[in-house]
Amino acid sequence: MSDTRTLTEPKERGAASRWLKMLWVDKPAFCAALFLLIVVLCALFGPMLMGDMATRQNLRGRNAPPFDLAQGWAYVLGADALGRPLLARIAVAAQNTIMVAAGAVLGSAVIGCALGLVAGYSRKRAAQWIMRLGDVIMSFPSLLLAVIVLYMLEPSVANIVLVLAITRIPVYLRTTRAEVLEIRERMFVSAARVMGASDRRIVFRHILPVVLPTLVTIATLDFAFVMLAESSLSFLGIGIQAPEITWGLMVSQGRQYLTTAWWLSFWPGLAIILTTLSLNLLSNWLRIALDPAQRWRLEMGGRRNG
Amino acid sequence: MQSFIGKRALASAVSLVGLVILVFFLSRLTGDPTNLYLPLDATTEMREQFRELHGFNDPLVVQFGRYVGDLVRGDFGDSIRQARPAMEVVLQAFGWTLRLAVITMTLVAIAAVVIGSLAAFRVGGIFDRIATFFSLIGASAPDFWIAIVAIVVFAVNLHWLPTSGTGTALHWVLPVAVLFIRPFGLILQVVRGSMISVLSSAYVKTARAKGVRARPIIFVHALRNAMLPVITVIGDQAAAILNGAVVIETIFGFPGIGKLMIDSILLRDFSVVLAAIMVSALAIFVMNLLIDLAYAALDPRIRY
Repeated sequence: MSDTRTLTEPKERGAASRWLKMLWVDKPAFCAALFLLIVVLCALFGPMLMGDMATRQNLRGRNAPPFDLAQGWAYVLGADALGRPLLARIAVAAQNTIMVAAGAVLGSAVIGCALGLVAGYSRKRAAQWIMRLGDVIMSFPSLLLAVIVLYMLEPSVANIVLVLAITRIPVYLRTTRAEVLEIRERMFVSAARVMGASDRRIVFRHILPVVLPTLVTIATLDFAFVMLAESSLSFLGIGIQAPEITWGLMVSQGRQYLTTAWWLSFWPGLAIILTTLSLNLLSNWLRIALDPAQRWRLEMGGRRNG
Repeated sequence: MQSFIGKRALASAVSLVGLVILVFFLSRLTGDPTNLYLPLDATTEMREQFRELHGFNDPLVVQFGRYVGDLVRGDFGDSIRQARPAMEVVLQAFGWTLRLAVITMTLVAIAAVVIGSLAAFRVGGIFDRIATFFSLIGASAPDFWIAIVAIVVFAVNLHWLPTSGTGTALHWVLPVAVLFIRPFGLILQVVRGSMISVLSSAYVKTARAKGVRARPIIFVHALRNAMLPVITVIGDQAAAILNGAVVIETIFGFPGIGKLMIDSILLRDFSVVLAAIMVSALAIFVMNLLIDLAYAALDPRIRY
């Protein structure tokens, strides 16, 4: 058994470095991945390292303009109406922003994919019902659903995740089902069935791995969409409530100082736009990298027409 | 054809009924509007009278029965806030949103199709790279942020355009421009992708081999076949605006259906919320139908 391990381990490392090389070839995607790494690090460690700084009020530094280092490096992006440094606040707000988006995307992807596998693979009545359910959710104006639910329950991180997850389920449901319907008829699935594999084994071992790359690409794109939706909700005042902060809420809080202190809204907005842009770029790269028929474009080392 | 429309209408009607029931009960769960409308020093009798007048004292099921009964007679109830028939209020707001959606989506469709096709003709060229870069930024931008930055730059600092409202043609520039950005970015990507795959098909290569010039190839030969997925996305985006571009309408003080919906929910003006849902659901049904007809017109193989 020890032989197999020594054989597989270098191959594993080889895979990781191959992926890194493919990422390095696509420079915009590489920058995007780097930026997202910083954002994730902020989300993980920001509140721990800068939590104090982001909540301590400093009335002498009220609406301090950006690029002024007199009060310390934290004030490089300026300060808000209570003199709290914006850089620290953006780093801390990253946690809620990312957590809501990640929770919603993960939830809707897992549920949508599971329902889609059932709807695509089984020919029973249940499949019909699942699709009708998807249609109903699709026809519901999602923002309206969010407003009503958040207005009824109180707006908290968990409720926002719930609402956003529900509205995004149909995307994964439809994609998974469409793919499964096509894969189900392929030769390797028939072969597995003839060899006596159980339904569960066919779905999880043979069909799911083929569907997964598409879902990962969509999820990356959807992450950007959900982030924008959460920001819009927070901006309208029905999302995350102060003293919790997200980037969308920060934009909305800065709105009343727009004419005198533009930086209050500008920097959090820029953080949103850069993160969603990075996600879009990364999703474009994933679409190519995960597609065996197109992967050569990246493996050729970026030489065009190669 | 007729049976197709009938089937679609039936499916939509079923989900609309579900939607109305859901929203009716959910919205009533948010609480009693009485205290929102009467002054703080109103007496208990006044509050009681208000509830009696609007029928909030009856059990929910009785209220629902009465609402359905009125609905059958074509009465959508009255707006508490404006003391006018709810449908009148909603249709007025819908008119504004419809105009906004039509103007924006026409501009988006023309710009995205022309620029996307030209970008696809020479993949990796300088024009393609610029177009892709800007469409990616457009698709990633939070529209509320663009809106307030645009207000600061064009309305507050430069004084070129009004900040909000709907008086003159100038009032339309900012809302349309801001609403333009995201759909433009998304649709441009779809046009480009779909165009690339059509341009590599055999019949386009034949046309090129015959010596047809670039522009006729793109806009006569390829465009028609590349339009199918594009139309789907255009429909989705138009539906999003018709459903109420809530954020943009709020920021620019635009009296459309999105702003109406959110105001009505916050002020618990239930009849207006329900009427607004029915109107926008109908609008989206009609639009999906038009899109299906467009499919059939573009591709003779598609029949209903």
